[in-house]
Amino acid sequence: MNAEPMNRTGEPVAAAKGEVLLSVEHISLRFGGVKAITDVSFDIRKGEVRAIIGPNGAGKTSMLNCINGFYHPQEGQITYKGVRRARVKPHQAASDGIARTFQNVALFKGMSTLDNIMTGRTLKMNRNFFWQALRHGPAMTEEIAHRKVVEDIIDFLQIQHIRKLPVGKLPYGLQKRVELGRALAMEPELLLLDEPMAGMNLEEKEDMCRFILDVNNEFGTTIALIEHDMGVVMDLSDRVVVLEYGRKIADGTPAEVKADQAVIDAYLGVAH
Amino acid sequence: MFYREAGQFKSTYTADMAVFPILQDRIGIAVILLLAFVGVPLIGNDFFTTTVMIPFLVFSLAAIGLNILTGYTGLVSLGTAAFMGVGAYSCYKMTTWWPDMNIIVLILVSGLFSAAIGVFFGLPSLRIKGFYLAVATLAAQFFLQWAFVRVPWLFNYNASGAIEVPLRTVFGVPITGATASPETRYFVCLCLVVVLTWLASNIVHGRIGRSWMAVRDMDIAAELMGIKLLNAKLLAFAVSSFYCGVAGAMMIFLWYGGGEAADVFNIRLSFNVLFMVIIGGLGSLIGSFFGAMFIAGLPTILKFGLPAIGIPLAGATAEHITFMLVGALIIFFLIVEPHGLARLWQIAKQKLRTWPFPY
Ligand SMILES: Nc1ncnc2c1ncn2[C@@H]1O[C@H](COP(=O)(O)OP(=O)(O)O)[C@@H](O)[C@H]1O
Ligand SMILES: [Mg+2]
Repeated sequence: MNAEPMNRTGEPVAAAKGEVLLSVEHISLRFGGVKAITDVSFDIRKGEVRAIIGPNGAGKTSMLNCINGFYHPQEGQITYKGVRRARVKPHQAASDGIARTFQNVALFKGMSTLDNIMTGRTLKMNRNFFWQALRHGPAMTEEIAHRKVVEDIIDFLQIQHIRKLPVGKLPYGLQKRVELGRALAMEPELLLLDEPMAGMNLEEKEDMCRFILDVNNEFGTTIALIEHDMGVVMDLSDRVVVLEYGRKIADGTPAEVKADQAVIDAYLGVAH
Repeated sequence: MFYREAGQFKSTYTADMAVFPILQDRIGIAVILLLAFVGVPLIGNDFFTTTVMIPFLVFSLAAIGLNILTGYTGLVSLGTAAFMGVGAYSCYKMTTWWPDMNIIVLILVSGLFSAAIGVFFGLPSLRIKGFYLAVATLAAQFFLQWAFVRVPWLFNYNASGAIEVPLRTVFGVPITGATASPETRYFVCLCLVVVLTWLASNIVHGRIGRSWMAVRDMDIAAELMGIKLLNAKLLAFAVSSFYCGVAGAMMIFLWYGGGEAADVFNIRLSFNVLFMVIIGGLGSLIGSFFGAMFIAGLPTILKFGLPAIGIPLAGATAEHITFMLVGALIIFFLIVEPHGLARLWQIAKQKLRTWPFPY
């Protein structure tokens, strides 16, 4: 993955990655007087890892919130799978195959790891209330089928040992992992990861990087990734979009972006 | 020593997903059911059955109802008594509309009326939560209680305003009314509670229960899992009110046997059920039983139990002690152990599992 920058520059690497899955055009988002995002456009192609970077407060999280319907930008439009979206709700985004993890872990704290990840299967389960109340026959078959999928995810993320523990008491790094598991359980087409490695030690970061790459390679899941660690961004992503004060200041391959003067200025004093 | 899972390996998900995965737990449940179905009718006298067991069962069901809403879905309600009242009054109306209908069916159908009213008053829950929702349900409490007194149609224009519980038989056995024996009423209550608890347990352990808890713990993330918040919350109100409604109908038809129902379903009852849920354990079905046992049983034990073992205690004193104990315990549980008696029970089981070698 750590390809020589020379090989990448100039070549639009992502061109190899298929058609546009999501495109954001001229998005502007304001909160009262605060301009969180101003006229930002970019696209995410099928199968790529697309990093969104920028200093704190640049509007990265807000951008994800626009994509999955938590926020509704005042201007601009978002097209997903060729369909222009008008004021989608988060649960619609979910049924369209967009999953998400949060910057500050948003797990269901009172539930076990297993139940948290099982919740990711909600949309794929459709036995009605009466079958559920009986918990026999079709409802049980369904529950078992989804339990198998969830156990595979648990194995994949190597969290078997915390399967039955309530997630509220787990260490932060494991919580982030469970949250990734919950998003994976939705079998998303587009996975939005908001700083999945924040607050982790080196070893945990390496594990998480591997999981993200595996998800991308093995399941072909398209990933939009917000990350501060430039090393990680360089390693993982196919293309990078850089935001600063709500505006896009650069967009391209990691190497291009790294060499960009505006980006260097924005990150002046910041590691890497 | 004897309570542990050693050697009990689960080879299928079905076994692992069982509500009581440990053999000893299943034996325990069987023993409790045996005691309830055979032991109590054999040993207990009428006094014990009517003042302890029937109230305990009715309150347990109401507590399960509120627990579904407050403990599992995180929506506080102070309208429990009113929703119970809806069950009682609709059961009464139905006995006059369909005198020949099986009374047990009517008691269950009463829950549906209550569910509908509950959903209606649950509508604000999409916009407001916590304290404000509690106040909105308080409005439901006062409005419905007002209706129970002021809408004479509800009590068939009775001069006294009371509900009269008619004699109804099933297979020739009187179930409700003056001639129904305490044992019969107890037995009917027990069957209803066992079946409804089983259904509730199934619901909370499946997709729907997980959706409720997801809404409770982190509603924005729940929405992102594709859970529609309004649907999940309204379903919680519906199921919760159904249970409360059935409990209310049982209360008047199988316990009180009629009377001034409007007085019964007052705000104090709402609070009492809430206390049961808090002391028993938020988000625990078994806790609902603990809570009901505690709140419904404590006054009786103090009033009749203590004098029986030679400690004299005036009725008024017993009442004061009850208030103080319950108050202290609520503060204790809210601060120290929000999962209530159910959690203490779990800890005890955990200790037992490793006893006598805790490491
Ligand atoms: N719900 C909100 N209400 C008001 N301001 C907000 C809200 N969400 C984000 N903002 C503002 O938008 C800007 C961008 O925030 P954010 O998207 O969280 O940045 P980043 O994730 O890049 O650190 C910040 O100035 C922040 O204060
Ligand atoms: Mg952010």
